Amino acid sequence: MPRNQPTQVTDEWDGDGGRSAKRRRTMRYAIPVAVVGVAAASIGLVPAFAGSGSPDLPEISAQDLIAKVAKSDVQQLSGTVRTTTDLGLPAGLSGSGASAFGGGSADRGGKGGDGDGGTGSSASPQSQLSELASGSHTLRVAVDGPDKQRLSVVGKSAEYNLVHNGSDVWGYESSSNTAYHSTVPADAGKGQHRSEKSGRSGGSAGLENATPQELAKKALEAAGDTTSVSVDGTAKVAGRDAYQLSIKPKQAGSTVDSIRISVDAETGVPLKFTLTPKGGGAAAVDVGFTSVDFAKPAADTFDFKPPKGAKVVDGDKARDRHRAEQGKAAGDLKGILGQYGLTGQDGKNGKGGAGKAKNGGFEVIGKGWTSIAHLKGNGSGLTSAGKNASGDAAKLLDSLGEKVSGKFGSGRMFSTRLVNALVTDDGSVYAGAVDKESLIKAAEAAK
Amino acid sequence: MSRAEVSGSAQHTGTREGAGAGAGGAGAGGVDARRTARPLWSLGLLRNEVGTTFRRWRTVVLLAVLAAVPVLIGIAVKIETGGEGGGAGGGSGGAAFVSQITNNGLFLVFTSLAVTLPVFLPLAVGVVAGDSVAGEAHTGTLRYLLVAPAGRTRLLLVKYATTLTFCLVATLVVAASALVTGALLFPVGEVTLLSGTTVPFGEGLLRALAIAAVVTLSLIGVAAIGLFVSTLTNSGIAAMATTVGLLIMVQILDTIPQLHAIQPYLFTHHWLSFADVLRDPVYWDRLQQNLGLQALYAAVFGSAAWARFTARDITV
Repeated sequence: MPRNQPTQVTDEWDGDGGRSAKRRRTMRYAIPVAVVGVAAASIGLVPAFAGSGSPDLPEISAQDLIAKVAKSDVQQLSGTVRTTTDLGLPAGLSGSGASAFGGGSADRGGKGGDGDGGTGSSASPQSQLSELASGSHTLRVAVDGPDKQRLSVVGKSAEYNLVHNGSDVWGYESSSNTAYHSTVPADAGKGQHRSEKSGRSGGSAGLENATPQELAKKALEAAGDTTSVSVDGTAKVAGRDAYQLSIKPKQAGSTVDSIRISVDAETGVPLKFTLTPKGGGAAAVDVGFTSVDFAKPAADTFDFKPPKGAKVVDGDKARDRHRAEQGKAAGDLKGILGQYGLTGQDGKNGKGGAGKAKNGGFEVIGKGWTSIAHLKGNGSGLTSAGKNASGDAAKLLDSLGEKVSGKFGSGRMFSTRLVNALVTDDGSVYAGAVDKESLIKAAEAAK
Repeated sequence: MSRAEVSGSAQHTGTREGAGAGAGGAGAGGVDARRTARPLWSLGLLRNEVGTTFRRWRTVVLLAVLAAVPVLIGIAVKIETGGEGGGAGGGSGGAAFVSQITNNGLFLVFTSLAVTLPVFLPLAVGVVAGDSVAGEAHTGTLRYLLVAPAGRTRLLLVKYATTLTFCLVATLVVAASALVTGALLFPVGEVTLLSGTTVPFGEGLLRALAIAAVVTLSLIGVAAIGLFVSTLTNSGIAAMATTVGLLIMVQILDTIPQLHAIQPYLFTHHWLSFADVLRDPVYWDRLQQNLGLQALYAAVFGSAAWARFTARDITV
């Protein structure tokens, strides 16, 4: 056939034949168009079909589902987690802010184990995990009981690994070929691990802690008369059948619209956590497994030896040094941002937040979703506090704050999609996952 | 003159095939003869095409430039670290894997491929692909290729296969040059993967080979685009410039954050995912996305090139 084609070309010149040849020619372009069409259809429709496929599962009450989560005893799993965080923080701030969150948590929590110290090293877990607080990331997790975990942050042409095996915690950053080592007490059991995890996540609204389990647990703790919890259908997550637990704040002032947790129907493991802010748009926090396997991970997954030639940072030493330097001199800004982060936590974890708040020396107004953290002013005001900490940060704050005034005086309102903070000119800070009006009201009431 | 050789061989095998086809009308034996004759015929044409392409000075210079890139990187890294291997330097900036080169020369392969994949390799492929049909039309040899009962479809397939061969050769030239440079300037030995796992040098070499394969396959999309553009015009230079211009445009689009919705469908978007081969275990998701996307581009622009070329008036 193809050998005839050159003559086809000349068909054009002889009357009627030309027309059909032309049509045939146009028909040929249907093939690339069809390929594009099929591809577009499969890209557009396949996820839609996969998403709408709600598996047929027996009815379950919200309480039973929560109980299922609570008693879920999955010790071993491995999988890939996709996290997408869009708190509406300006790009530059999220990194520094997040590390300040971390610093804040180190101040208060103190028992972070591997959660602090080593600030000079890019391979320290703190500096790495705080980056998860913004943007999209792919993580690979493997868990085998309380003593063995591995977390890999899959970056572009780079990877960060955090391996906990018994008393050793290793971090390895491939781009700088730096390993980080620290030890946790040998008797670090389950409890220690848990507190270590929550200590770490306490800093940045639970974002650093990317396993859905912990996030879900936090959200469930906040349930009470302030919250409506219901089972809202089923879904397929990471190829598994899951119930959807929907959590909605009843209080009007909250910036949180809903939290949706997909719970594996078989094991009770939360597979996906989505937090949608009131403002609409994409989820502010979306953490979920894209693939999960409940088989025991290979034992050598948790073996880690620092590679030859890698620079090894001793996290324990760095932490001691860091602590000594830090002492009371923890910058005001750090404190402010720390609380700013902590209040995000408060929104979901009223009671726990209040307990922690005493540590930091400030009070919590309200309860549940609309609780507002209040740091009493020392008269120094935001600007000077900012300057004490760092000139750049002060400039940044100036550029971000929106001036507001009311009966409480005047101040600056910092808003993100989830958390709003009001810093008055006398240095008081009000912050919470509440709308601006609630903050102003709280400030006026406190006067 | 090599073109004449191609036409000659095409004519020769074409006659053979013509005879086969004639017999095919009469009996089943003829059909068999035709079937067996075709692949041989195509191979002959392909051999000629590949020979013509790689004998061109332009191609040789392109390959030489590609081979020079790893040497330059290797020397730069060597000077920068003052010749003392082992010092990690801790510099996490710059190209991927650069900080690892002083520890292991094999990483020069990965760095070189990461450096050449975004620009140099597709540039070279764009030149070869853009020239493939338009260049023949420009020099007036396309008519002669088609005078022989070669068949436009097969000529196009052979042109595409030649371009793909160039993709493979170009990638291997970069990899081989990097490997030699790396082995000469730096120590080689056990390879530290991105996950911090250490594997023997042999496995490291295998992974380097796998990466070269992935890089080659990453180029089939741009090769198909170049081929399609090449069928649109009679000017080889215009086709090359358009292909390279498209490449640059797509890469600019890939850096604009507001366009994140379309970025996963840009053919350059997943190019650097070849680094996922160096993870332990290998992270397949993005590799699959990359290869799937390349296949899609190859299908779309390949069939578009076919539609254009088989229905086109060859006037020059």
